[in-house]
Formats: sequence, structure tokens, C-alpha cells
Amino acid sequence: MELKQKLEALKEEALEKIAQAKSLPLLDQVRVAYLGKKGPITEVLRGMKDVSAQERPIIGAAANEVRDAIAIQLESQKAVLELEKINHDLAREAIDVTLPGKQVSTGQSHVLTQIMEEIEDLFIGMGYQVIEGPEVEEDKYNFERMNLPKHHPARDMQDTFYITKETLLRTHTSPVQARTMDKHDFSKGPLKMISPGKVYRRDSDDATHSHQFHQIEGLIISEDITMADLKGTLEVFAKKLFGAEREIRLRPSYFPFTEPSVEVDVSCFKCGGSGCNVCKQTGWIEILGSGMVHPNVLEMAGIDSTKYSGFAFGLGPDRVAMLKYGIDDIRHFYQNDVRFLNQFKVKE
Amino acid sequence: MNVSYQWLSEYLDLTGITPEGLADKMSRTGIEVEDVFVPETGLKKIVVGHAIKVEDHPDSDHLHVCQVDIGEEELSQIVCGAPNIATGQKIIVALPGSRITGNTKIKKSKMRGQASNGMVCSLSELGFSEKVVPKKYADGIYVLPDEAIPGEPVFSYLAMDDAILDLSITPNRADALSMRGVAHEVGAIYDRKPVFKDVSLTEMENEKIADYITVAVEDKNDTPFYSMRIIKGVKIAESPMWLQTKLMNAGIRPLNNVVDITNYILLEYGQPLHAFDYDRLASKDILVRRATEGEKLDTLDGETRQLTSEMIVITTGEKPVALAGIMGGLGTEIQEDTVTIALESALFEPVAIRKTAKELNLRSESSSRYEKGINHATILSASAHAAALIADLAGGTVVSGAAIVSIIEVENVLVSITLEKLNRSLGTKIKTDEVLSIFNRLGFGVTEDNGLFNVSIPPRRWDISIEADLLEEVARIYGYDNLPSTLPIIESTPGKLDDKQRIVRHTRHYLEGAGLSQAISYVLTTTEKAGQFVMRESDATKLDFPMSEDRSTLRMNLISGLLDNVHYNTARKNTDVALYEIGRVFYKNKDSLLPIEEEHLAGVLTGSLVENSWQEKAGKVDFFNLKGIVEGLFETYGLTESLTFVVDKDREGMHPGRTAAVYLGEQSIGFIGQIHPLVAKKYDIKETYVFELNMHPIIEGEKHPTIYAGIPKYPGMTRDIALLVDEGITNQQLIELIHEKGGKYLRQVRLFDLYQGDKINEGKKSLAYTLSYLNPKETLVEEEVTKAFEKVVHALVEQFDAVIR
Repeated sequence: MELKQKLEALKEEALEKIAQAKSLPLLDQVRVAYLGKKGPITEVLRGMKDVSAQERPIIGAAANEVRDAIAIQLESQKAVLELEKINHDLAREAIDVTLPGKQVSTGQSHVLTQIMEEIEDLFIGMGYQVIEGPEVEEDKYNFERMNLPKHHPARDMQDTFYITKETLLRTHTSPVQARTMDKHDFSKGPLKMISPGKVYRRDSDDATHSHQFHQIEGLIISEDITMADLKGTLEVFAKKLFGAEREIRLRPSYFPFTEPSVEVDVSCFKCGGSGCNVCKQTGWIEILGSGMVHPNVLEMAGIDSTKYSGFAFGLGPDRVAMLKYGIDDIRHFYQNDVRFLNQFKVKE
Repeated sequence: MNVSYQWLSEYLDLTGITPEGLADKMSRTGIEVEDVFVPETGLKKIVVGHAIKVEDHPDSDHLHVCQVDIGEEELSQIVCGAPNIATGQKIIVALPGSRITGNTKIKKSKMRGQASNGMVCSLSELGFSEKVVPKKYADGIYVLPDEAIPGEPVFSYLAMDDAILDLSITPNRADALSMRGVAHEVGAIYDRKPVFKDVSLTEMENEKIADYITVAVEDKNDTPFYSMRIIKGVKIAESPMWLQTKLMNAGIRPLNNVVDITNYILLEYGQPLHAFDYDRLASKDILVRRATEGEKLDTLDGETRQLTSEMIVITTGEKPVALAGIMGGLGTEIQEDTVTIALESALFEPVAIRKTAKELNLRSESSSRYEKGINHATILSASAHAAALIADLAGGTVVSGAAIVSIIEVENVLVSITLEKLNRSLGTKIKTDEVLSIFNRLGFGVTEDNGLFNVSIPPRRWDISIEADLLEEVARIYGYDNLPSTLPIIESTPGKLDDKQRIVRHTRHYLEGAGLSQAISYVLTTTEKAGQFVMRESDATKLDFPMSEDRSTLRMNLISGLLDNVHYNTARKNTDVALYEIGRVFYKNKDSLLPIEEEHLAGVLTGSLVENSWQEKAGKVDFFNLKGIVEGLFETYGLTESLTFVVDKDREGMHPGRTAAVYLGEQSIGFIGQIHPLVAKKYDIKETYVFELNMHPIIEGEKHPTIYAGIPKYPGMTRDIALLVDEGITNQQLIELIHEKGGKYLRQVRLFDLYQGDKINEGKKSLAYTLSYLNPKETLVEEEVTKAFEKVVHALVEQFDAVIR
């Protein structure tokens, strides 16, 4: 049983060495030394031929047991060492995660576009078409078809850049409505349109006036459109644009192309109606002009005003943006200072 | 229009209605009140004084030392510098501790050794506008009437305790440009009936108008109604206080009793009147006619007006004496010695008045009413009222009758509407009784028969003539707040963007993802900039009367606007600018009234796309940054035609060696490149790259659908090649040849290196490409690829004399 004792001793010795191996290469050396082809255990097994047939299975089993024990211990020590190495590497690889990330440069839509797109999308959802028209218009479409014959005093409400006697820079997007009414086939359903775009007024530029600004107008014409429908539609609109808590208030007004004409106030989105500098302490902000389409406007487009009715509304995205964000100078919209443009990154 | 609350209450019981409440109610019912103000607000301790003794200051050549009764036991000494102060006057005294306009405090003081217990005030020191202060008191203190009681606050004497409502009257409601009109409106809102006192005019029976004056009208369409009255024996003087304060509160300067009365009547009735000095009329046969070209008239404001045949004038047969409906002439003005008045009350054609006022840039209280229309029913009664007031206040007598030319018939207008239509239009369920009550409140005659309302509209509401007008009247009095709120119940329609709108939105999103922000620039620019960087020959579209050269012409390119933006930014130290714009350019078109509006897309890059950071240095942008963005954008359009860039050496304003024309198929759609350094200098900007494209070929161009080809099942192979060629040979030439000779498995050619410099011969450049091969049906065989590659190498050597490295 000398061999058996030898094996036991070998085992003790190997386990001791394994425990002492503090790196993977050292551990591997231990593996080779004890379990390698030239190692002592192989040697013991090789010497089996000299062992008696009785003892052979006993010694063989003992040798295998010792080898397995060493192998197991090697594996477990290897796992420990590997983990140590990984931990060591991880520690070495640590970075300052508060350093800034790599820039991805992106741009953004102009704030006026954002507002117009929001309105377009709302009305597209309600079955409206987005329709654009020329910015240089005929007097006929800009004024006459809007129930503003030549020399009408209400033309003073819109100072105009004329190009010739008969052509001008449109003062509102309403002429698009006249052009669309001419083309619309009512046998194919009601007319529901929204027209955004640039408009121009003869005005000196300062913080609150701009000779160029934007308008977005809506029009619906069908049988039996009521003023109550106008009120309901504008309520949906105001809540979408300014928040679900908003209320609207209609006031009589005058636009030559609508009757009754309505000025629409929205409860102040800054103070909620209690009064602040935005709403000039009134709790209300004037934001929209609207009304029932004037029968003359319908008739001039060849639409039977006894059968069809409709409403129209319009607002200025410039004014909306100024109120919504507290922008104090309308010229910012058209000077395109990148420090201005970049502030409207957040998509609300 | 400024409306006096006190004056209004002469016509209407305003008990229980505050000025603020009234303003709110009016604004919510039809006439917007912009402001309510009480003139005395902010002033205090300002009282009536009686100048008992006024002496010259011993040590001053202009100051006076005044002993003033301020209602206390002892007289108060006040030093005053006004030239018009005199013993016996009732004056305005700001006591020590008082506040005058502008929140200025008045204290006891000494002026050149003399104690001064306060200040004697002018009207402007109480906040009256310069333009309403009577001329007589313009340079001095104001003198109160004798009845004023020393020590009492001055505010009620000057009607400064009144509340003034500033009405913003829309052109359709010119009926409210008068106190009577406002009284009717307020009466309707509150359901209170306005009452106007009858005016009794006493006329001299033995004096007939025909003996004094005749009137004739050349064109009765120009002047549908013209009348004159004569008032004799008047004495021109200052108006009584009540009249002056009414005018001043309405924003009109008191002049003298006769002129003040015409203005008072204008305010009460909305009827413009004009008083001539009868004796200064060269002829007593008045003719109203068009002026002849070249005729002149000196108007009351002292200007000499050049008249045209568009203008209506009042003449004495030969010479014009007044500009009809706008302003009187200087030669027949009421003066201190005037004793006989010729009082005109008329109706002129609105468009003629409007054109003349515009042409002469002369808007008056009178013209602003005539151009919007006046109440036909009170033309003559207004002048009767004025004549009676003149007789009363200026001591004259009125010649009987009026000289009149008229083609107008004053009658009510009948308009009908059914209850069903009314409710169907408003979406309401208003009942017959309510509707009747609303028309009654408005003072309209109304009968109802089986749901049909026949409404009789008095001439004072000339704005109402059709059904829709009645709808509006009912709706506003009923109250917009009381309208229900519904959504239209009609046939539904699909709402969607059209192709152009979808492509525009897509383009925006792509460019924003690529780092460009959207700019919106001014469309109007200088004529020079409008014509820069143009993509086609066109004249510029110019404004008829621009406000400035800077904004005189419609742009024919977007780039110039973007360069203005770059300049604006770089001037403010924003050196990195990356912008795009989508907008219209305008080309003149000989065949149509309107210019051609073309939708363009442009972009601009200057500085760096990213900022210097700890990881990477910010590189300056170059041509290829911008080109990459454009190429990437076009890949997403799916156009069947291919995009090519062609050397463009001669484009105005662009760098001759760094500009390419952009083609879609055979069509030139724009260009890309660097701004010419000389042009950049003019814009005061640094190295800047731009592109501009016509969007229409993109929108209208044929698109290929997305076809899924599967993911390659077999691996591909690559071969790299580096070659040395003459520097004049372009990348495009090389790539085209490689593709041509590359064999059927060549999928892609990618330039991965370009070198020109010391390490190679001058006039040469080195390019390196990776060629990618793929056979979708089976694994590529090494020899096949090698064979194909050799062919390419051979061709390059053969054709471009390339040295393979």
C-alpha cells in the first residue's frame, strides 16, 4: 500500500500548490506538473504493471480519485483567479462616466413651423385638407372675393404692398379659400380645408410689427353648418394648442368676409385666467378671428348660400409663439439667430 | 372714438352701470372698448383759485407774484411765470402736497426770494393733450369761468371726473361714431330706451333763405344731398365750459363757439357740418362740382392743396372754397369778426371722399365718417340743431328754411328672416318671443307671421340690409356665451397631406437629422440680392411703393437670405451656422398676371458642424459635408432618375473651382458649392458652402417603390486598389470605368483614400478604392474575382495611364 500512501501525499502536495498558485500561468504550471503526461500521477499509473492483480483496481481507483480531486481543485482555483483577473481588468478600464458623450449634431424645425404643423395635424385628423396658394395674389382674390370691393373702408384694416394695380402680396391666406371654393365639387362632399402660409402687410418692422408674418386659416363649407359648430370646433382647437384646461370666449367683431364675425379669446395659458402681464390682467388672450362665411363670399364662388353655409377661422402662428414662449421681438423669427432657433428642440 | 360716460347719461339712464361694467358689456356685445380712463386719475389737491392781486416779481422780468384766494381765510402767495395771468382770473391751483400729471409732486418753495405756496397750472400740467388745449391757453395757464368757487377741486369744472371709454369701432359700425349711435347701442344691450330731447329751432319768418343763398350740385351721385342754412348776427366768442370740456374729452380742440358747435353736432349725430363765413363767400350761388385739374385750394390747416378731377369741391361758382366732406378753405374760415354763418350739412359719395382723403393724405373727423357712410335721416335735423345752438350760444338769428338739393329718400329698409333659418344657422333653439324682444331692444320695427320676422331697419343702422346682418344682430344681443357648442355633423372626408407636403415634411426631418436647422427668411429683399444666385433668367418682381430699398423686391433665390442669416449670426459670434430653408422664389412671367412661384430648397454651412470637444477637434465644414447631406437626402426620395454633380465653373457668385451643377437625370435642378470669396466679403461672412435646388422636379419626379431583395446568402469578397493618376482625372471618371469593366459581380466601389502632396510627383494624385464583389446565387470563386479585378486594373492603366501602387 505504499503506492496508495504516495498518492495521498501527492494529493496533499498538489492541493497545497494549487492553493498557492496566485495567477493563471502559475496554476497552469501546477496542472502540468501534477496531471501532465510526465507528472507523478501518470507515473503511478504507469507503474501499475508491477502491482499485483488484487491491488491493481484499488490503486487504480485511488489514483483516479486523486487525479479528479486535483482536477476539481484546479478548476475551482482557475475560476477564482479568472474572476480576480476580470475584476482587475474592469477596475483598470473604468472611465469617468460624467464626461460628455460624443456629439451628434442635429437641427430643428423653426418654431413657427412647429406650431403650424401641430395645427395642420389636428385638422387633418378631423378630415381637413392642407391647401396652399400663391403669395403674390390678384386684388380680386385677396380683397374683392373676400367681400372687400375697391375703396372699401375696411381695406384700411390691412395695409397692402401692391406690385401693380391688380397684383399684391397677399395680406391674409383667405384668397386660398376663394380659389379652392371655385374648384370644389360639392357633390363629392363638404369642403374642409386649412391653409397655412406667409402673409405680408405694409408695416414698419419693430418688436411687435413685421411686414412678413404667418397665418393659418381654416374653412368648412357644407349644408347646415351652424355657429355652434364653429364654437365647438374652436374649443377643440384651443384645448389642443394651449392645453386641455383652456376655455374660449367669443366676442362679436367685424371681418368683411364673415357674418356674424367673431373674435376669439382663450383663457390665459400663463395665469389660467386670474390675470397676469401676458393677458394684461384680463384673464383672456385674443388669439383668433373667425365667423360664419358671408353669403356674398359664397355666392361669388358660385355656391348657393341658401343651401350651404360654413365657418372660417384664422390665427397668427407668430403671435401664438410669442405668447406661448414669451418671445418679446417678432423679428427674431426672421433673423434666424441660431441661439434663438436652437431653443425649440423639445417637441411638445 | 372717445365716449364720455357723463354725456352718454344725458340720453340714457345709466343707473347701476359702472363705466367699467359698460365697457366690458359693450366689448362682449359688438363694440370693443379698448380702455376706460378717468382724466383726474393720479391728480390730487388741485383747486380753484381767485387771483386777487397779481404783481410783477421784483427780481425777475417774467415772474409774477400772485395773492390767491384758495377758499381759506388768508390769501395764499404763489409765484407764477405764465404770461397770461391777470388780476381777477379764476385759475387752477396745485396746492402744496398736490400731484399734477406725470405723478409730479408740488411743494412749498421760494422763487427768487419770494415764497410760493404751490403752482398755477396750465391744462397740459393736468394731463390734457397738447392737441386739445384751446389755442388761447396753449402757452399759458387756463382760465376758469367766473362762477368757479375758490377752494373747490377743479376736476368737475373741467369734466375730469368723467369716465372716457375709448371705443375701437370697426368699419361696419360707423353708426357708433356718434353719441346717439352709441346711446342706441347701449340701450339695446341693457334694454333701456335712449331719449333725445326735441330741439326747437326758431327761424325768422320774414327772412327767406332764397334771398341769401342758392345751392346747386353738378353731379348728384357725388353729392346726393346738399344743404345750407344761414345764421345772422352772431358774435364769435369762446364756448361755454360744458361745450369745451365735452370736445376736449372727445379729443377735439375747442376753437370758438360756432366751430365748436359744428364739432359738437358731429359728435352727437355723426353728421359732419361746415360753417362758412357768409360774407367771405365771393358769390352766394354755391356750386358743388368736381375740381378741375390744376385748381388749388388753401385748406384750414394752412396747406395749399393741388386738386384733381377726382375731388369734389364746394365752389362759389368759380373758386373752390372747401374740399367737400374733408376740410374747409382758409379764405372762408370763421374769424373773430364773422357775423353771418353759412352752415353746410350734406351727404357725399363715400368712395370719392375716401379717394381724396387718401390722395391728399388728409384724414379728418369728417372724412372718416363720410367714407363709411352717415345716417341719412339726420342730415337736416343735425343742422337744425346746430343752428339752434348757434342762435343760443352765439346770439344769432336763423334765416327761415334751408337751401337744399337732394335725391335721397329716407326710409326704413325691410329685411326678413325665419325662426327656422335663424336657429338652423346659429345652432340654437331661440323662441319667437326672444327674437321679437331682441329686435325691439335694437329699436327695429318687427312683425312676426308664422315664423317669419319682417324687420324694419331705421336709416341709423345702414349697415343692415341682408338676412346675415339680422342673424348677427340676434346672435350678439342673445349673447355668444349662450350659444351651444357642437361639432359639425356632416359627411366625413379623409384628411391627408398631398405629395408635395409629404415630401417637404420628409425633407425637413432628414435635414434636421443631418444637423441643419430650419430658417425662415424675409421674402422681400434688395433688388441686387433678389437677383443673385438665380437659376433661371427672369426680371425681378418689385413692389410699387416699397417702404425701403432693403425690402423692395421679391427674392428669386433662397441663398441670399441664408447668407444674410449667416452674417447676422457671425456678427454675433455664432461662428457655426447650419441652416436650411424651404420657400418660394418668384419669377416674373410675361404671359400671366402673377409671377411664377417656385418652391426651392436651400442649405448653408459655415464654421463647423460639431463643436471642439475633448474627444475630437471640430473640423471646418467643406464642400463634401454639404454634398454628403444632399446625396443622403436624395437616397431617401427614391427617385428613378439618378443624381449627378457636374463641374460648374461659371456660376455667378460661386467659387469657380468648388461648384457643381446638380442634375436629376438630364435636368439641371440646382447647384452646390462654395460662395465666391468676393461675394462672401460683401456679405461680411467667412468660408461658406451652400446649395439650392428646385423642389418641383423632386416632387414630380418618378419614384421607384421599395423592392425587397433579401439578405445575401453567400459571402462577398473585396479587393483594394491604389493608383496614381494625373490630377485632372476625376473620381467620377475612374469610378465609371471601374463599374464598366468590373464584371457582373461588382457591387460597390468605395474611395477610401485620396492623397496629393510631397510624397508623390507634382501634377499627380493617388486614390485608393475598395471594390466589393458578390454573387447572390453562390459562393464566389477566388479566380473569378481575380480575373475581374485584373480587367479593371488593366483598363485603368490603359485608359488613364494609371500607376498601380
